Amino acid sequence: MLTILDDINFRVGAGTSVAILGASGSGKTTLLGLLAGLDTPTHGEVIIDGRNLNDFDEDGRAQIRAELVGFVFQNFQLLYGLTALENVMLPLELAQAPHARKSAEELLDRVGLGERIQHYPNQLSGGEQQRCAIARAFATRPRCLFADEPTGNLDSETGKRIIDLLFELNIEQGTTLIMATHDVQLSQLCKQMIHLDSGRLVEHATGNNHD
Amino acid sequence: MLLETTMTDRTQQKGLSFHWFTSWRMLWRDWRGGELTILAVGLVIAVTSITAVGFFTDRIERGLKQQSAELIGADLVITSGRSDVADYIEDARSHHFQVATTQQFRSIVLGNERPQLVEVKAVTDGYPLRGALRISETAFGVDEATTGIPASGNIWVEARLLQLLDLDVGDEVSLGTTTFNIRKVLRYEPDRAGDMFSVAPRVLMNRSDVDATGLISTGALVNYRVLISGPRSSIDSYQTAIRHSLRPGEQILTVEEGRPELNTALERAQQFLGLAALISVLLAGVAVATVAYRFTYRHLDTSAMLRCLGASQQTIIQLFTLEMLWLSLLASSVGCILGLLTQFVITELLDQLVLAQLPPPSFKALFLGYATGIVMLTGFAIPPLLSLRRVPPLRVLRKDVSANPVGGWVVYLAVVICMAVLLYWQIGNLELVTTVLGGIIATLLVLALAAYVLILVLNGLRGQVGVAWRFGLANISRRPASSVIQIVAFGLGIMVMLLLSTVRSDLLNDWQRSLPDDAPNHFVINVQPDQVEGISDYFNQRGVSNTKLYPMVRARLMEINGKPARTSDYASERAKHMITREFNLSWAEQMQVDNTLVEGSWWSRDDFGTPLLSLESSLAKTLHLQMNDVLGFDINGTVIDFTITSLRSVDWDTFNINFFTVVPPGVLEDKPANWVTSVYLDAEQRQQLGELVRLFPNITLIDVDIIMQRVRGIMDRVTLAVEFIFLFTILAGLAVLYAAIQANQDERRFENAVLRTLGARKKTLVLGLIAEFATLGALSGLLAGLSATTLAWLLAEIIFKFEYHFDITVALTGVLSGTLIVVIAGMLGTHSVLTHPPVETLRERTA
Repeated sequence: MLTILDDINFRVGAGTSVAILGASGSGKTTLLGLLAGLDTPTHGEVIIDGRNLNDFDEDGRAQIRAELVGFVFQNFQLLYGLTALENVMLPLELAQAPHARKSAEELLDRVGLGERIQHYPNQLSGGEQQRCAIARAFATRPRCLFADEPTGNLDSETGKRIIDLLFELNIEQGTTLIMATHDVQLSQLCKQMIHLDSGRLVEHATGNNHD
Repeated sequence: MLLETTMTDRTQQKGLSFHWFTSWRMLWRDWRGGELTILAVGLVIAVTSITAVGFFTDRIERGLKQQSAELIGADLVITSGRSDVADYIEDARSHHFQVATTQQFRSIVLGNERPQLVEVKAVTDGYPLRGALRISETAFGVDEATTGIPASGNIWVEARLLQLLDLDVGDEVSLGTTTFNIRKVLRYEPDRAGDMFSVAPRVLMNRSDVDATGLISTGALVNYRVLISGPRSSIDSYQTAIRHSLRPGEQILTVEEGRPELNTALERAQQFLGLAALISVLLAGVAVATVAYRFTYRHLDTSAMLRCLGASQQTIIQLFTLEMLWLSLLASSVGCILGLLTQFVITELLDQLVLAQLPPPSFKALFLGYATGIVMLTGFAIPPLLSLRRVPPLRVLRKDVSANPVGGWVVYLAVVICMAVLLYWQIGNLELVTTVLGGIIATLLVLALAAYVLILVLNGLRGQVGVAWRFGLANISRRPASSVIQIVAFGLGIMVMLLLSTVRSDLLNDWQRSLPDDAPNHFVINVQPDQVEGISDYFNQRGVSNTKLYPMVRARLMEINGKPARTSDYASERAKHMITREFNLSWAEQMQVDNTLVEGSWWSRDDFGTPLLSLESSLAKTLHLQMNDVLGFDINGTVIDFTITSLRSVDWDTFNINFFTVVPPGVLEDKPANWVTSVYLDAEQRQQLGELVRLFPNITLIDVDIIMQRVRGIMDRVTLAVEFIFLFTILAGLAVLYAAIQANQDERRFENAVLRTLGARKKTLVLGLIAEFATLGALSGLLAGLSATTLAWLLAEIIFKFEYHFDITVALTGVLSGTLIVVIAGMLGTHSVLTHPPVETLRERTA
């Protein structure tokens, strides 16, 4: 059996921001997947908001994600058949939140896409797609937001604006942000840094505060 | 694949044998990967439907050829409407041929006090000269061949008659004025095979008993046949010699020509079933093209790697073409075996409607099967694959570098050409191919347009539904082309099925409903002039008022405007038939109330005795006849010229007695005539018909209801067999659905992974898929239901000319069946989408 992650223990406080740093193949995305309950560890536990993910089946974990978790991906992962508005409404509807449409419209307006809510992802630029993805991630006001290389597919100027937006919303909503990245500069914006190497935690440090 | 690649380069010089070997291994690996399953299934469906029809029609065709002598019961037959065939008999005997004769006519048998219409065949010793009768002792007992014929005083009857009249072998029945003993059950007559539209059961009797029955009166409709057999060479020269001495209304049947009506029926069946199978082939082709397109897309990297390692464009295309060839050979083999099994089912469904004994299946259909498989792959799968050879080697480094895919128009053109080739092969008539191809393309375009409009309408509803439904609807409208293809492909199958069942039941019912309640339900024919009053009184006394009997004189059309009437002057089958058939000329003072004058005027009293003619307008059109044309009719040996002075349209649906040709009184009264009438009888009056037959034993009674039942029974069996062929259309529609699901499999996995990540439960995902497939199925079914209803309406209004009652259940059946089938098939097809771990999908996507 191949061991991908081994001996990793850490605790993240509510409302803080954490960067998971490491080279390609170090296990960043795998760790993020485990933390979000997309995958389950063969040994060990992931506890979110006092709930041990091992105690839940896939549907149970989906429920937890719907209630507590938001995601931002490197490839945006928007659904191409749905409009920007429908993409943002999606998590709200899955969590059976009231006024899904109104909340989604407000959020899109907040991220600067108020004029483009009926556009499909392929009609948006890379930066706009990621802004839409961020709006989707924050739609349910998640307690915890996972971001996987959120600027990996963007040029540096757009990337910077996206990061600003991400941290602004993080502070506005008091969300816990956990971000996987190989960008050391970006990681320093987070309050904590977890450094992975070949699946092992080699450093758990405090970084610069974004604000 | 990499291993093969390096081998390819090292062994490029080893030639084609290496390509055969490598392509076989490529096939095996791609097969394991599950990519080729739908392609193979599409091919199997196409080959099965084509070979099933091929095996079946080939067996009948060879059966007709092998049994052609049996099918006419002799080596040469002279058929005549005249009784004076003695010259032919004598002449044939003088040539030392074997001779037998038959007389066939319809009559009424009385058994257990009940009358029953029968088809009587009176035969002489030796009948049939070729082939053998088969008889049994009981209705469904073991049958055996016999060389004898019924002895005088006995008859052999079909089992159907025994059932209809509750009779057994040994019982007595009366036929005309004579009583006969039923001695055997007649199970098979070689020269009646394939005569599927015979409405009445057969009674076989001895020729010497006919006169005593009094059934053959003047003007009665009787078919006389002289059966001749002898050495082949003498028969051939004899046939040529007597052909010139044939009189009007006489015809020669030969072994070569067999039974022309059966050959025509076979040709039509071949074309129709072939077209039915071809629709499945075309749909399966769509599935094949869809899969081939995805296959190409997924093999871009393999091809780039091959190119990178030095493989030539030619090598790449050879490898992939050979891989497809292997696949088509394997799939065609499976299809041929299934086709062979399927044709047994068709034969079983049609029972003995066609021929009692069919020769075993031959290899001819196998050729058709393999050729279909190869042509399909060439037409539908190779065009997308061609772009693989142009993959730039740079793609190994940069994924965004791709070959220019073959333009959509090339693929569509290839599909149309492929369709045309298959159609031409099946039909063999260029004009018909163009018409059918145009028809198919037009139908598909109309269906596709309708499907597209439905999708747009549904898309508008997206804002008003929940997340699962929105997602399902979004999936449909996002891939409009794919959705339209799926809806049309699947809808086509359901449409044909609905149309067939509508035609089978609704149209027939509607037509019957369109008849007035008191429309005549019995015809009385063969009434002699001295019986007219008696018959009229009989009905009047039993409450059937206004029974009018009409005279008719048999005549043959000899000349048109002084020139001989020849079949060769006409192209249409109906015209040829009209020229050779016997006309029934009637006379009347007044035009019948259900006739409408189209041209000219009806005669006045002054015209009585003048040979004028009122002609039914559709017949005039068929024979290109106009007002004032002069028609010469041979009536009992004398030719009389009649001038057309009026054209009438006739409503034949009234079931009243009507004639194509009517003349004024005072012209034909001295000619041998017999009389006919039609009456409406209620259930009680019907019970008393036995008495009518006893009083007038020579008359023939035809019960319309029984004929309708028989027609319905035959239609049921034939449509069942045709529906069976169209079952493959439904299967091909499913193959298109699966191909489309497979083509979007990666996208679906990704979308489900995102939804999972956003917290969607499995139930939501399942609901989303159900919403998508239910909508697709319902749209297909709706489209199918509406098109089937429209086509049925067009058939009723334009072809059959009666009012069609719209039946909402047709559309409902379409929607329900479409939804159910597509949901089940779709959920099975997307099972792996739901079970694939989302984290893996997202990782693959990011990588």
